[in-house]
Order: sequence, then C-alpha cells, then structure tokens
Amino acid sequence: MNNAVLSLIIILPFLGALTIGLLGFISKAFRAQEKLIGLMATLAVAIPFGILVSVFAGYHAGGGASGSVNFVLFDWMTTANLHLHFGYMLDELSLLMGLIVTGIGALIHIYSISYMHGDSGFYKYFLYLNLFIFSMLNLILGDNLIVTFLGWEGVGACSYFLIGFWFTDMEKAKAAQKAFVANRVGDFAFLVAIFLIFFNVGSLNYADILASSSVFASNGDLAFWVALLVFIAATGKSAQIPLYVWLPDAMAGPTPVSALIHAATMVTSGIFLISRLSGAVFIHAPEVLMVVGVVGALTALMAALIAITQNDIKKVLAYSTVSQLGFMFMALGAGAFSTAIFHVMTHAFFKACLFLGSGSVIHAMDHTHAVDDPQDIRTMGGLGRFMRSTALTFWISTIAIAGIPPLAGFFSKDEILAKNFAAGYMGGETVYFFVWGVGVLTALLTAFYMTRVTTLTFNGQPRFPLEGHHPHESPALMTIPLWILAILAVVGGFLGLPEIIQHGHLNWISHHWLANESGYPVHNVHHEHLSVAIEAILIALSVIIAASGMLLSYRLYSSRNIAGDERVKRVFGKLYPVMSGKFFVDEFYNVFLIRPFVAFSRFIIMPIDKYVVDGIVNGTAGTVNILGSAFKLFQTGIIKHYALLMIMGVMGFLAYLLF
Amino acid sequence: MNPQEHLYYYLAVSAALFMLGMVGVLIRRNAIIVFLCIELMLNAVNLSLVAFSSYLNDPTGTMLVFFVMCVAAAEAVVGLAIIIAMFRNRESVNISDINIFKW
Repeated sequence: MNNAVLSLIIILPFLGALTIGLLGFISKAFRAQEKLIGLMATLAVAIPFGILVSVFAGYHAGGGASGSVNFVLFDWMTTANLHLHFGYMLDELSLLMGLIVTGIGALIHIYSISYMHGDSGFYKYFLYLNLFIFSMLNLILGDNLIVTFLGWEGVGACSYFLIGFWFTDMEKAKAAQKAFVANRVGDFAFLVAIFLIFFNVGSLNYADILASSSVFASNGDLAFWVALLVFIAATGKSAQIPLYVWLPDAMAGPTPVSALIHAATMVTSGIFLISRLSGAVFIHAPEVLMVVGVVGALTALMAALIAITQNDIKKVLAYSTVSQLGFMFMALGAGAFSTAIFHVMTHAFFKACLFLGSGSVIHAMDHTHAVDDPQDIRTMGGLGRFMRSTALTFWISTIAIAGIPPLAGFFSKDEILAKNFAAGYMGGETVYFFVWGVGVLTALLTAFYMTRVTTLTFNGQPRFPLEGHHPHESPALMTIPLWILAILAVVGGFLGLPEIIQHGHLNWISHHWLANESGYPVHNVHHEHLSVAIEAILIALSVIIAASGMLLSYRLYSSRNIAGDERVKRVFGKLYPVMSGKFFVDEFYNVFLIRPFVAFSRFIIMPIDKYVVDGIVNGTAGTVNILGSAFKLFQTGIIKHYALLMIMGVMGFLAYLLF
Repeated sequence: MNPQEHLYYYLAVSAALFMLGMVGVLIRRNAIIVFLCIELMLNAVNLSLVAFSSYLNDPTGTMLVFFVMCVAAAEAVVGLAIIIAMFRNRESVNISDINIFKW
C-alpha cells in the first residue's frame, strides 16, 4: 500500500476536525445539519479503520523493525544531533491499538450522532472527537517519542475540552481543570524521561532505542530512572495511584466521551507506552516492574472498594475503569506486557459497551422527567422491561467484566492473575504473590459491584414514578453499536486462550501476534511455565471467585433492592464510611497539596512579587530617572558650552595620545 | 633653508589660524562671526594638509583639500540658510539667545 493511502490514516481525522470546525464556525446552516456533520466525522474515523484493517490483513507478525510498515508525512527539523520527522510505524503493537481506537472510535461516533442530537454544541462535539482520534493515532502510530508525546498532549487537551464540554456548569469546568492539572504532573515526568533517553541513546526513534537497549541493560540506574519516570507519566494518563483522582470526576463529560476517552482508549495510553518501551527499558528495571505491579494492585483494590459504595451509575463505571486499569498495570508489573495489551483490548470492548449502555439508560431516565438525577441508580430499577437491548448488552458486558468464561474478561483477567502467580512461584519474588492475592480479592469485588449496579438498574420493580412518560429504548443508531460491542465482549477473549490449552501456543495475542522473541515489539519477562495442575487450579479459582461474587450480589440486590447496601455496610463495618468517602484522597490532596499551594502562592504574591519582582522593575526605571536628572544639568542649550566641551574633549584625547 | 624648516613655517601659520578660529568660536556671540571662525579653522587644516602633501610628495593631501572645500561650500549654504531662518524668527543673530535645545 502506498504512502499516500497510509497518510490518510493520520490526515483524515485531522481534516474532519478542520472542516467541521471551520464550516461550523462560519455557517449557521451547517451547524443545523446534524446528519451531515455526524456522517463526515464518522467517515473520518471509519476510513482509517478500513485502511488499518487492510494493512492488518496483509501483515506478517515477527518481522521486527524491518517488517513494520512505515510512512513519513514530512520532516520536521534536522540538526546535527537530532533528526525529527512526522514518521509513523505500523507494527504488531500499534496496529492492534490503532484498530481498537479507530474501530471503537467509529462505533462511538455513530452512537454520538443520536446521543448528542439537539445539543447546541453539536458540531463542536464532533470537532473535538475527530481531533481526539487524530491525537490518539499520533500517540499510537508515531515512530518516535516526540510524535507520541505530541499525541499524548493532544489527547490530554481533547480530554479537557470534552470533560468541560458543558462548561457553563462550574462543577464540570472544574472537573476538566482537575483532569488537566493531574495529567500535567505525569507529562512532566514523561518529558524528563524523553530527555534522559535522548541524552543516553542519541535518538528518539523507537527502533533506535530498541536497538541500543544494551545502554539500559548495562546501566541499571539509568534503566531504573527512565522506567520510573515513564511509569509516573503512565499513572497520570492511565489514572493510577497517586494521580487517579481526575478520572472519576471526568465523568462530567458527555457519556460517549467517557466510553471512548475515559474507558477504551486514552486511559490505556500509559499501558501502551510502557509496552512500547518494554524491550528497551522495562525488562532491565525489575524493581520498577515490582512498583508498577504493587501500585496497580493497590489501585485496583481501592477503586473496587469505592465502586461498591457509589450510587451514580457513571461513577461506578468510572471507578471500575480505574480498577481495571489497575489490573493492566498488574500485568505490566509481572512483565507480561502482551497480557496487559490483551486486557486493554477486552476491556475496551466491554467497558465501552457498559458506558454506552449507561448513556442509553441516562437518556431514558432523562426522558421520564420523573427524577432529579437521571444517573442515580437508587431511583432506577426495572428498566430491563422498557429497554431490552440496553439491558441485554449491559448484562453481557457485566458478565464479561466479572470474568465468567467464556466471555472476554475471563481470559484476560485470568491470564493476568496466572502471570503474577507464575512470577511469584517460578520467579521467586514474593511481592508477586501479594499482587496476585490482591488481584483475586479485587476480582471478587469486581463481580460484586458490577452485578450490583446492573441488578439495581435493570431488574426488580421501578423505583421511579411510572405515571407520565415511560422510559423507552434508544434508537437504532445507539443500540447497534451496543450490540456490536457486546458481541465483541463475548468473543474477544478467544484471541488469548490460556496456557493450559496447548501450552499457550493457541494464545494468538501473546504467542503469535505480540510474542516474546526479539523481532516483536513487546518483550515479556520470561518465567517457566506453570504446571498444568496449578494452571487448572488457578482457572477454577478465577471462575469460582467470579461466579460467587456475581451470585452473592445478585441474590442480595434482586431480593432487597437498594436496601442490600445495609448488609454490605454491616460486613465492612467501620471501613464502609471510608470507602464511600472515597478514602478521602481528594480531601487529603486538598489539605496537603492544594491549600498549601494556594497559601504559598499568596505568600509569593504579597511580599515577593510586590517587593522583589516589582522592586527590580521599578528600581530599574527609578535609577534611570535619577541618573537622567543628574546628567540633564549638562544640557544648557547654549551652543558655546557644547563647543567648549568638544574642544576640551579633543584636547584631552590629544594629551592622552601625546604623553 | 631645508624642506623641513620650510614645513615648520607653514605648520606654524596653520596652528595660529586654527587657534584664532577656535577662540573666535568660543568667545564671539555673533553667529556670522562664529561661522566665519569655523571656516577659518577648516582653512587652517587645509593649509597643513597642503603643506604635508608638498613635503611628502604625496598628492593625497591635496586631494583631500578639494573634498574639504566642497563640503565647506555646501556647509556655508546650509549654515547661512540656518542663520537667516534664525534671524527671521528671533530678530537676532546672537547665539546666546538661542538656547532652546535643551530639556
């Protein structure tokens, strides 16, 4: 396939954003053409998806750097040491991510046409959405760290625009700001990591970095710091402790945005970045990998505990996303980078489906005009009888995320737990047993809270007044994407069959596509295979955990409805208020970071800015003024004085030269 | 009389002329006189240039004198025009009255 066609992958979403933005800005008539705008935006994502599919179909995995399909848009700058170009690389990793982004992106574009119908900012919404896809494709497909970084910043900006899409609401504007600031912290670490890599490798191309991985292998300190900084960058984008706080608030944006950006794609870019640098950096920094695993495990557990107590349907899904991202980091921690990407994929399917389903629910509840807050599950109930498609797809995705075989979530989650167990059992690092244990516990909680929210929403009797408008199923533009995602959530897991079947040789993602040997973009840390018996026990444990979590929750909430929370409260005792208070992390940051910062800023403003900075500025002007009033005495205006001074000056020079 | 002594006389006259011009510029108040004094200084320099040129057998000095005379002619035109403009405004050519070029 030639360069021009490949360039369309990057250019089309940008062109879409540009045309929609410009036309919408100048023409009122265009703004009213919702169908046209939606079609343009969807095509700008669907065509790149088609191109990626055709590249994917003709791609032979395992060819290494020479096997990847490369194309360059243009050279950016060339200096003696630094050559930067807008170059893109389609290899196993970026193709897979690109397919997820454009595929799910296209579905969500279609869904949004219906969801955003009638919104006054309709064209702006699609402008941002296309711009987001453009940035995300830069992030994923870029063949050097700078293009990735530009995409990284771009998706951050688009996320900010879309969280604050309804910015007239102060709360939403604040949520957007919070997301932006939290992301900046991570971005800073990313920049420092880029500097370190450039300083030590002399190039920013991924191929060059991978080729000089010996630099990191021989210098443990360097590998440690680069890996740690990249991980900190990832905690910002991918919402891990300590920077996860922005993601739950990011639900202020329109629901399809939550599905696309804050569940399926953008938040997984940290995992992508770590996998991209796995072969060069991360496999040489085992200490950082342990940190990654432990942080992921703690994040997963903490978010799952909070999710149990939440009553806002989107908040539950948001914490669930944080928790699932934690699972992905657990996989990274165990050195099973390909497994993390596998979970990114399956999670994208079922979480996007869940979020879109919740959007459908919110639409329906909004339509009844019977409740204050259309997102509160306490006033829902029995929605399944009004909206069959939404309820069915939501249930399918819930079963998938809970980890019941043979749905997608089971395969990826089981593989993550098994890899951690193997890292502990075969690799001999006890910390991985801890990660595994936390993972098992979190899997139980996941099944529990997801079944809770689904049961409370769709089953039982309606808890909202039924007189007046009934809630009704969403139009086909919304349900078709739901069904496609639900089907993917059912079958997606077969791409990564567990090791117990033919020693993992049928695991398409990890073994065939991303694989371990050099020549593949992702380099897993190798451990001996677990014995078949242990594998079987682990799988049985996963299934039992998931099934019991779901059963417990279903029995509890289908019989007692919302009052089931009382039982949960009794079980957790004193911990429950802490959980429903979200572990008071926001309050902690407020007291220990934000308020000191504000106080410090005030301190800076008063004495330092007023006296030091202003003092320097005013002092400079004052000095000139004083000198001027001294020197002006020489300016008498009488020509003779000037002539005399000139002659005296010449005399002086002569005297100096002669004597 | 050897050529060197010859040169000294010329230089002495030149220096005397220059001092006359300089003192005139400094002490006289009539703008026209000051102007004439400046011309005097220019001609003093011209004299020394020609003297050196002759002494060193080098035509450069003589050439330079022609330039000075050209510039002096142009300067005379501009200078006199300024003095006339000054007189029209102030009814005076006394340069002590002209002290508005200051803060």
